[in-house]
Amino acid sequence: MVTQTFTVIHPQGFHARPSKLFVEKANTFPCKVTLFKGEKKANGKSSLGLLTLGIAAGDEIRLEADGEQEEQALQELGQMLTKIYEE
Amino acid sequence: MSQLLTGVPASPGIAIAKAYRLEAEESIPQQRKVDDPAAEKQRLRSAVDAAKADIDRIRETTLERLGPQKAEIFEAHLFLLDDPDLIDTTLDQIENEGVNAEYALYEVASSIIEALQSMDNEMLRERAADVKDITGRVISKLEGREHSALSELSAETILIAKDLTPSDTAQLNLEFVRGFVTEIGSRTSHSAIMARSLELAAVVGTGADASAIRTGDMVILDATAGQVIVNPSDEQLREYSARKAEYEEYKTRMRSYVDRPSVTADGVQVELASNIGGIDDLEKVLANGADGIGLFRTEFLYMGRSSFPSEEEQYSVYKHVLEKMNGKRVVIRTLDIGGDKELPYLQLPKEMNPFLGQRAIRLCLDKEDLFRTQLRALLRASMHGKLAIMFPMIAVLGELREAKRILAEERAKLEQEGTKVSDSLEVGIMIEIPAAAIAADVLAKEVDFFSIGTNDLIQYTMAADRMNESVAYLYQPHHPSILRLVQLVIQAANRHGKWAGMCGEMAGDSAAIPLLLGLGLYEFSMSASSVLPARELISRLSREEWAGLAEQAIGMSSQQEVLDFVNQQLRSEA
Repeated sequence: MVTQTFTVIHPQGFHARPSKLFVEKANTFPCKVTLFKGEKKANGKSSLGLLTLGIAAGDEIRLEADGEQEEQALQELGQMLTKIYEE
Repeated sequence: MSQLLTGVPASPGIAIAKAYRLEAEESIPQQRKVDDPAAEKQRLRSAVDAAKADIDRIRETTLERLGPQKAEIFEAHLFLLDDPDLIDTTLDQIENEGVNAEYALYEVASSIIEALQSMDNEMLRERAADVKDITGRVISKLEGREHSALSELSAETILIAKDLTPSDTAQLNLEFVRGFVTEIGSRTSHSAIMARSLELAAVVGTGADASAIRTGDMVILDATAGQVIVNPSDEQLREYSARKAEYEEYKTRMRSYVDRPSVTADGVQVELASNIGGIDDLEKVLANGADGIGLFRTEFLYMGRSSFPSEEEQYSVYKHVLEKMNGKRVVIRTLDIGGDKELPYLQLPKEMNPFLGQRAIRLCLDKEDLFRTQLRALLRASMHGKLAIMFPMIAVLGELREAKRILAEERAKLEQEGTKVSDSLEVGIMIEIPAAAIAADVLAKEVDFFSIGTNDLIQYTMAADRMNESVAYLYQPHHPSILRLVQLVIQAANRHGKWAGMCGEMAGDSAAIPLLLGLGLYEFSMSASSVLPARELISRLSREEWAGLAEQAIGMSSQQEVLDFVNQQLRSEA
């Protein structure tokens, strides 16, 4: 199991488009992907789960990957949390 | 008796037509025990597939009608119908509790909808509507009903509904629908966003009052003011028919200025730019055909968080804006914080007079690390467009030199590391302190441009806090004293071959634009919605003529005298 904390910068927050792209990416990895915001957690392979975390710009999100290809998942998905998307 | 309702003006326009009431079919599925959960699960899967086929058809029509961006919402809907938190959880519930698919889906969706609706974010609450939309469709399939169709409409109509789902809105027949009114919703609802791109008049969030409107009621929808008049009088009908014609004529005329150059009647080219406070404002800037961005306030990057934004974060934001503006000038102002704008993680001491205290460049020169991080991000971003860096609150030449020294150091460091920095990068200052305006000829030699920040310049010149109501009367942008300062600044810039701009509210004021033009201002930066009216106004003005008129205004004794003079001139030219 690997974990790291990232700061989200996409100005509109991590909602419609970013969360969709994130989930699509997460689904390409066999490992379990979980996101934590404070006390709340969500399945990284569910965009509804991600939305209910209510991630806004500036939020610190802990990303956890557990299982096969966890290192690569952590690196690639972490990058997705810290970039700006075209809305 | 006519009745007046008010709501949020979600998409501007005026419409007059009969109401058509769209009834929401909100049935709560009954719980049933099923004997064969495996078959029930299969029933759910088939209904989901049928719903997907429907949505895919709507997606294709939307793609044709409104383009890929608007169609994306339906891609998102398709995507949600694969979501494990929705579908897998429902399948589990059918399996574990032996209940019917409709009920299980309704239960699972309800708890997701509830979670989304409780969020402290408008956009997320709107997502609850998406979940409702798609699950409603699947439940209709399971129950063998047709999902509500808007195809019955056959005459000019204003739609009245509790709420419109994205799929409702996308399927509106624009041949007949003239506008819509919803009881709930906000400016950021999907239906509101779609209405704006369809250029359909819409008022949302009227509250339950709109539920009294019946199919066939005559309705005036004034979405420029957020008003709905039900069963209007003949007089109201006449009045609004005239207003509607006037509004439509104005809109067509303004739209014709989107792609035109900003040129005066005597052929002088100026720049009409926009102020932005974040990336969200870009769309409006582009839609209104602004010649550039005259003020990008970077404070949003620093506010509402627990630590400073990194160089990387800032770089990606600046790069994004520069790329979006596609070669048009973008003036980015370095951090203007301190005084009344606080950052919790910066822990600044309380000051007696925040507006006269350590804010903006004063703070940046004191907290050099903070300043250097922003400058590095800006320098790196300079390769992606036409960047101009602007230092706020410069009072004396020494501050400008210090800021430029630090900028030059960071530039040298980057270049040593092999990072490219643009050669055409401009560096300028905001003129908002009277001391800087008076010494503008000295400062002009060491900058590429000035941008006059009138909001602060006026309050510092008049020594009057514009938020304080008892002295607010001294906030007089058209006062000859202010015009004289503005003239000093513009003349100093022009004498040294530099450009002068303005990024305060005054730059978009139709009674100030003629004078500013006459004084020789080159760049006017305003809110995006003012750009087209300003372009239309400027096309009617002769700079040569207004140079003489502005000179006359400068010699007057009060703001009122100046305003009367300008308005009279504009009227006589019209």
